[in-house]
Amino acid sequence: MAQEIIATNNVTKRFGDITAVDAISFSVKKGEIFAFLGPNGAGKSTTIKMLTTMLRPTSGNLHLAGHNVTKERDAARKTFGIVFQDPSLDEELSAYENMDLHATLYGIPKPQRLKRIQKLLELVELWNRKDAMIKTFSGGMRRRLEIARGLLHEPHILFLDEPTLGLDTQTRNLMWDYVKRLSDEKGMTIFFTTHYLDEAEAVAERIAIIDHGKIVASGTTPELCKQTKTKSLEAAYLKLTGSTTRDDDDSGDNNGLNFKMALRNTRLR
Amino acid sequence: MEVVYALWLRQIRRYFRSGSRILGTLGQPILLLLALGYGIGAIYERAGAGDYLQFLVPGIITQTVLLSGVFWGIIILMDKRFGFLSELLVAPVSRTKILLGSALGGATISIMQGSLVFILSLFLGFKPYDWLLVVPALAVLALTCVALACFGAAIASSVNDFQGFQGINNLLVMPLFFLSSALYPLDSVPTVLRVISTCNPVSYMVDALRFLLINQTHFGLTKDLIVIGITCVVALAFSVNRFNRIQM
Repeated sequence: MAQEIIATNNVTKRFGDITAVDAISFSVKKGEIFAFLGPNGAGKSTTIKMLTTMLRPTSGNLHLAGHNVTKERDAARKTFGIVFQDPSLDEELSAYENMDLHATLYGIPKPQRLKRIQKLLELVELWNRKDAMIKTFSGGMRRRLEIARGLLHEPHILFLDEPTLGLDTQTRNLMWDYVKRLSDEKGMTIFFTTHYLDEAEAVAERIAIIDHGKIVASGTTPELCKQTKTKSLEAAYLKLTGSTTRDDDDSGDNNGLNFKMALRNTRLR
Repeated sequence: MEVVYALWLRQIRRYFRSGSRILGTLGQPILLLLALGYGIGAIYERAGAGDYLQFLVPGIITQTVLLSGVFWGIIILMDKRFGFLSELLVAPVSRTKILLGSALGGATISIMQGSLVFILSLFLGFKPYDWLLVVPALAVLALTCVALACFGAAIASSVNDFQGFQGINNLLVMPLFFLSSALYPLDSVPTVLRVISTCNPVSYMVDALRFLLINQTHFGLTKDLIVIGITCVVALAFSVNRFNRIQM
């Protein structure tokens, strides 16, 4: 039996009258690549924010590597790295300084810092740009740096919230290759959200689909297809979540994707 | 402690990398010193009240650190808007430390800005009453800067956009400056203005500096220091409270 590294039990989050996440329970095994899918405003970002200690759940329990997220916050925080949906680098610092600040925040001992930072920056092919200011970086370079930063404190879990948004195909492929390698070689657990279903189908070992704050289905791609009697993940997804677009009541989740989804859906029909 | 230092250093680095901001926040005090110091100075002297420039310099130094403190509170707002705050908030560090590092960075920058205005004023003809007292004056200035940086951080934590910040700036910072003892002696103003200025902590900050730099005071140094100390504690508590409430 593989160990459950992410576990949520009956988690609910309400903002006033709106229930963003409605009594969801799911778990992710150690070393698994797990995709969390759903339309805009379905509760994806809210769930990630609760898992990463940015929001407190209204009720229910969340555990990361055995640590209760609300009660042992700092211990839970050390177990994961995150690449946020929106950029989160300090533009006026250099790549190296951003990494170094992160190392300080996570209490990585000084002697190890340089070595680790160099290794990671080389890995994402940014070592030769280490002293350049972030404001001179392209979108892809920033993403790569954010991934390197998320890995700096050697987390057990890596959260990726729409990590490939706005990236070109080359960078996307590179990123996923790397993420898969991390999972294979280091046994790192990957939890990601995306709106690109082909990505989820290609990379994820298990998928959960959330809609209106509830998990409507979960399993491997073949399982989801079987459940919905469809042939592809995209078809299964649309069957489960419907093909109409949503109002975006999840504040952190608005990147004009409603429009993109609408376009996709009309094309499919 | 290392975390607070790292965040402090971050602010200092950003400060030295933005030449335009250093100059931008210095432009206004220089303008005020020139226009008011020389412009109104002549009338002030004819009224028999002495040298207005000497009177004005402590006021303008305080105005500089008031503006700069609040301005550097914007950094929290920028972190909030441009995402870096998320990185800080998921780190295994208490929010108080994050706030302290940023606010102390802002305060240090304010002290540098205030000192720059002081040095510039020497070229414009300002003469401190006793050079030895410049040292305690700097200490008072440092305390003032901490209070004002916390104040700026509290405002920045409470609003969500730059327009809101601008509004608060106009509604709060400008009155704090104009309705204080920075520009005019409180002995000779109408009662209403005097009462308002007496309730304004900025008046005491100016007054303490004025006592140490040109040996003139309205409230007396003891009262000044008590008010500055209380303001500092209240501003710190206020900013911690507001910062802890930030939800991303």
